[in-house]
Amino acid sequence: MRAEAKLGLALLLTPLLMWLSLLIFIPHVDVFLVSLRERVGVGQYQISFANYLTFFQEPLYLWTFLRTAVMSSLATVMTLIIAFPVSYYIAKMIKGRAQSALFLLCLVPFWVSELVRTFGWMILLRETGVISNVLQYLGLVDGPVEMLYNDGAIMIGLVYTSMLFMVVPLVTTLESLPDEVIEAGYDLGGNGISVLREIIVPHAMPGIVSGCIVVFMLSLGNYLTPTMLGGKESLWFTELIYSQFIVRFNWELGAAFGFMLLILSSAIVWGMLKLTGQSLEKTMG
Amino acid sequence: MIPSIPQPRFVTAAYTAYVTLFFVFLALPLIVVAVFAFNDSQFPSLPWEGFTWNWFFGSERPMIGVFHERGILSAIGTSVLVAMIVSAMSVFVGMTNAFLFNRYKFRGQSLLYVLMLLPLVIPGIVLGISILVFSSRVANGLWDGFSIDVEALRPGLWLVILGQFSFITTIATLVIGARLQKFDRTLEEAALNLGAGRLTAIRTVTLPYLAPAMIGAFVVAFLMSFENFNTTLMLVGSDAPLTIAMFDRLKEGSTPLLNAVSLLLMVGSSCLALVMIVFQRKS
Repeated sequence: MRAEAKLGLALLLTPLLMWLSLLIFIPHVDVFLVSLRERVGVGQYQISFANYLTFFQEPLYLWTFLRTAVMSSLATVMTLIIAFPVSYYIAKMIKGRAQSALFLLCLVPFWVSELVRTFGWMILLRETGVISNVLQYLGLVDGPVEMLYNDGAIMIGLVYTSMLFMVVPLVTTLESLPDEVIEAGYDLGGNGISVLREIIVPHAMPGIVSGCIVVFMLSLGNYLTPTMLGGKESLWFTELIYSQFIVRFNWELGAAFGFMLLILSSAIVWGMLKLTGQSLEKTMG
Repeated sequence: MIPSIPQPRFVTAAYTAYVTLFFVFLALPLIVVAVFAFNDSQFPSLPWEGFTWNWFFGSERPMIGVFHERGILSAIGTSVLVAMIVSAMSVFVGMTNAFLFNRYKFRGQSLLYVLMLLPLVIPGIVLGISILVFSSRVANGLWDGFSIDVEALRPGLWLVILGQFSFITTIATLVIGARLQKFDRTLEEAALNLGAGRLTAIRTVTLPYLAPAMIGAFVVAFLMSFENFNTTLMLVGSDAPLTIAMFDRLKEGSTPLLNAVSLLLMVGSSCLALVMIVFQRKS
């Protein structure tokens, strides 16, 4: 029996270890090694930090990196602010069939590809688009208005695309808060704001953290939305990675960019978990 | 604020209005995509030129419908093939992982569990480039050392499959693991007491119990693979899956053909969603 258990353990460990080592661990170490390579001649390389130096010395690269980080954080905060009242409404204000129907309605848009959602916003926002025509029809503007190809359009796209990943964890945690606790808060003399601050938000913290982590990650790593909705000047960091790898074929610099993106996203995830005393198992699993 | 505690009427009204507005915001892009699939015009924008089915069934230029557009049809085929293989692989590995974390206690287990979650917090594009870099290093090594050219390690469908598998497996593991956690192990013991062997007990008792989660994991994996963009973008070769093919066309300028494809996608994924809900109701 003991030998059999050991065999079972070994058999079950094999796929897990192969997956994690061959597809996750070794490839990332390899990207790091490539990022440390500097081409000194045809087919000749030496180890150096040249690619990282290029990253820090070229204002365009560093600027795009910071811009991507700041805009992703902004998108995360906006998604949280928009999603919280809706999640609370679904979790606490309605019950039964209406509740599950509304929750399902929240999920529906996300069964459709991100490409389709972005395409929808393009049709709405562009110069010949629906919103521009409606505004003209209402007489609010004189000529066609271009609302596409700017940072605002990127923000709308990012918030829209990541909404689901905020609503689901928020609804789940808010639902587990008993009504009696909120009523007790009011009985003890609290008002709407103090109950929200002292009871509801602390209870929803795990949901807020996991929602924010996922939304931030998705915004940071998004390629489609900034490319399709952004203008010529609204560069996103993933576009730089793509162009180094596929267009310029400079894998060394591209790998350094990729590694910087990985460091930034890991740092933010780790920082948020530490700041709120959560762990990855609890927030993701 | 809670229904059992009375609030001023305008507060409740404003709250309801906000939630309604939110759902309009959610639905608007999808509705315009669907509506303009029927516009009798070369562009998916106003003015409305009249209703037509041509973007689905049209067979003559300039209005070639989805069902006569070979590029789109073969891209759909590619996507389905990739999604099938990815889902099958991830459900299998997700299953072994779920059993491993549920049934065994060993040193380093909690560390492995955290490592297993990591693919979810790695940006998709970084997953893509890391697999691209590593596979081409292996391919070059094989070529230099043994003069073997392994086509599967060059950008193409096999790399796309590996790239998507690398993070979808985590999701499959979580879905199947959650159900295995709720399993009452005394049922399995009863089977053992009644004379079943260990594997027979798992096959006849545990696996049927897990079936809804496995189907759920398969559907979720299928959709995630079908919709994946970032990882696929870095690993794609000559035959592109649907999202990449649509992206390339969208960059050149859009026709209502893309609306028609999108509408078909919406219908397809809603059907899948319904199948999944029905299955979960049953369990």
